[in-house]
Formats: sequence, structure tokens, C-alpha cells
Amino acid sequence: MKLERRAAMAALLAGRDKNLLVVPGLGSTTWDLFAAGDNDRNFYLWGAMGGAAMIGLGLALAQPKKRVAVITGDGEMLMGLGAFATVGIQRPANLAIIVFDNGVYGETGMQPSHTQSGVDLLKVAGACGIGTCLDVGDEAALSDLADRLKGFTETLFARVQIEATEPPRVLPLRDGVALKQRFRTALGVGA
Amino acid sequence: MTEQAANWPDKLFATFKRAGIRQVGYVPDAGHARLIDRCRADADIRDVALTTEEEGVALAAGAWLGGERSALLMQSSGLGNCINMLSLARTCRFPLLMLITMRGEWEEFNPWQEPMGSIVDPVLKLCDAEVYRVRTPDEVEGAAERAVQLAFGDERIAALVLSQELIGKKVWTK
Repeated sequence: MKLERRAAMAALLAGRDKNLLVVPGLGSTTWDLFAAGDNDRNFYLWGAMGGAAMIGLGLALAQPKKRVAVITGDGEMLMGLGAFATVGIQRPANLAIIVFDNGVYGETGMQPSHTQSGVDLLKVAGACGIGTCLDVGDEAALSDLADRLKGFTETLFARVQIEATEPPRVLPLRDGVALKQRFRTALGVGA
Repeated sequence: MTEQAANWPDKLFATFKRAGIRQVGYVPDAGHARLIDRCRADADIRDVALTTEEEGVALAAGAWLGGERSALLMQSSGLGNCINMLSLARTCRFPLLMLITMRGEWEEFNPWQEPMGSIVDPVLKLCDAEVYRVRTPDEVEGAAERAVQLAFGDERIAALVLSQELIGKKVWTK
């Protein structure tokens, strides 16, 4: 029984505190994140496919007292698979990479992704040296991951098994400069 | 080459320190070897080895979101790997300080370096980067300072392009 993506996102972010910064991947996870509630500490992506985990890494290194959650899709992660290796040797304690894995490219017509044919992102993350790798396939595991997001202390990877559904698009701000400025202002690092 | 002339990587490092650079992403390159060593040895700089250069464009964006200045080191071939990811810097006006060592333009032995090397300047300009070309050691410091100012002052892409004649010829004999 796989999880429903909007409900999964909402569960992960319920009771979110000011110290959690979230970077979604372009497309569905950006819509999911916005649907769970807009927040100045979200940096929505409308492009930069393959870059979400690396944006999270730069942010985590710059803000060691905050927790950073990259929440992206399997297709976006596959495009930046090398980021697992790069993150794996940096291992910031405050970075979580969470992949909503439905095995398809939902934005482009539900074509199968590599994960549907056996490519295992959990094994990739583990092989790259990420210490905590969680397979989230039910409500109990999702609840455990949500708890961990409130206070994890080592680099974390989680694969969240979601259904291949297409909930209605809800579109956040897409002005990149405005998104950047409001994020930096919320962190007190830029006017 | 005089000692002064050979020390241009140290001038780049000094510029990094004056500018408050805290993260340096790089794909290893012989031309950047000394600068990479200096960064790795500095306790206040986080050196981030990348598997491909485009990771560094995203890293720089994340660093700036978190209030830190960064730099990205690569060889000219690496620019080609970055092109789509440069959309991130341009769309959001993220500062991006790129230091690019040239191959394929001067006494190049390896013809496979020439296709990308020959299009570095026009590609950078098409991506809305400001290009600072350096051919001699005495130009390094001034050009680096201007690139820093443009990148972080104007939140733009600034590319310091280090010519192959500055770096020297790669020795192929074993």
C-alpha cells in the first residue's frame, strides 16, 4: 500500500518549526510543498532539474544550526545522481534528502523512470556513505520520518513510496528573485 | 617563469579570503591545483569536491540562500556541463563566481579539448555571464577583484577565464 503524495507531504511538515528549511524539486514536489502551506523558508524550484540536493547541500553547510530538507522526485534525483556521492563525502549533520518515489515522470506523461525497473535509490545513497537510509512505505514509517525531521543529527536519506497519481496542480510564486529574497530575509541574511 | 609570475594562484586565494568566500566547489583540474590545495588547507573554507561542474552551480545557489559566499572552480570543458543549471543563477540572480582554466586554445596537444575550449567566451556571454579574461600574471588580481564585486555586489554570474598561456603547457611526456 503506497502513500498518497499530498498527504505524505502534509504529514512530514505538520508542526514544522522555524529551523526547518525546505527545498523541493521542480514539478510535483514543488506543487506538493506549496499545497502543504506556503512558507518563506521554502525555496520552490521551477527548473534546475538535478540540482535540488546540491542546493540543499550548499544551504546546509551555510546554515549549520538549521535543518534542511530536500524533498524531490525520483526523476529529479536520477538526473543529479552524482550529488549522492558529493553529499556522501560532506555529510552535513543537518541535511535530509527525501525522494518521493513513484517510479514515473509525472509531469511529462507518466513515463516510467529507472526506479520502476530496479534502480534502488536507497542502495545508491547507502553506497555513497549516507549513514541513515530509510525506506518509507507505510503510515508508521512516515510518522517516524516526520519525527526525525524535527531533530535529526546526521545526514539522512529517505525514499518515500508514493502512488503514481496526479493531484491538481497548485502553483506557488515563480519569480526566482522574489523567492530568493524572501528566503534570505526570513533567515536574516539579506534585505 | 619568475617566482612572482608563478604565484598567481596565491593571489586568487588572497582574493577569496578578502571577499569572505566560505565554500569552494570544484572538479579537480591541474591549472587549479595550487588554489585547490590552499582552499583545502584553510579551516574557514569548506572545499566541496564535485562529480560534475553543474553540481557547483546549485551548491553556490544554496550557499547564497544561506548567506554564504562561494566560488566554483573548473576547467573549460566543465562549462559545457553547466549550461542548463546556469538558468538557476540567471533566473534567480544568484551570485556565481566561476574561475575557469582554459584548455584547447594555446599549444594544446589534445585535440579533444578544442571544441569546448573554442566556445567558452561566447557561451558565457549567451548565459549572461560577465567575462574577465586573464592572460598574464599581473592581470590576475585586478580581474579577480572586479569579478568578485560583480558577482556579489550585483548578484550576477562572473567568470574569470584564465588563459592557457597563463597556466602553461601541460607536459605529456612521462
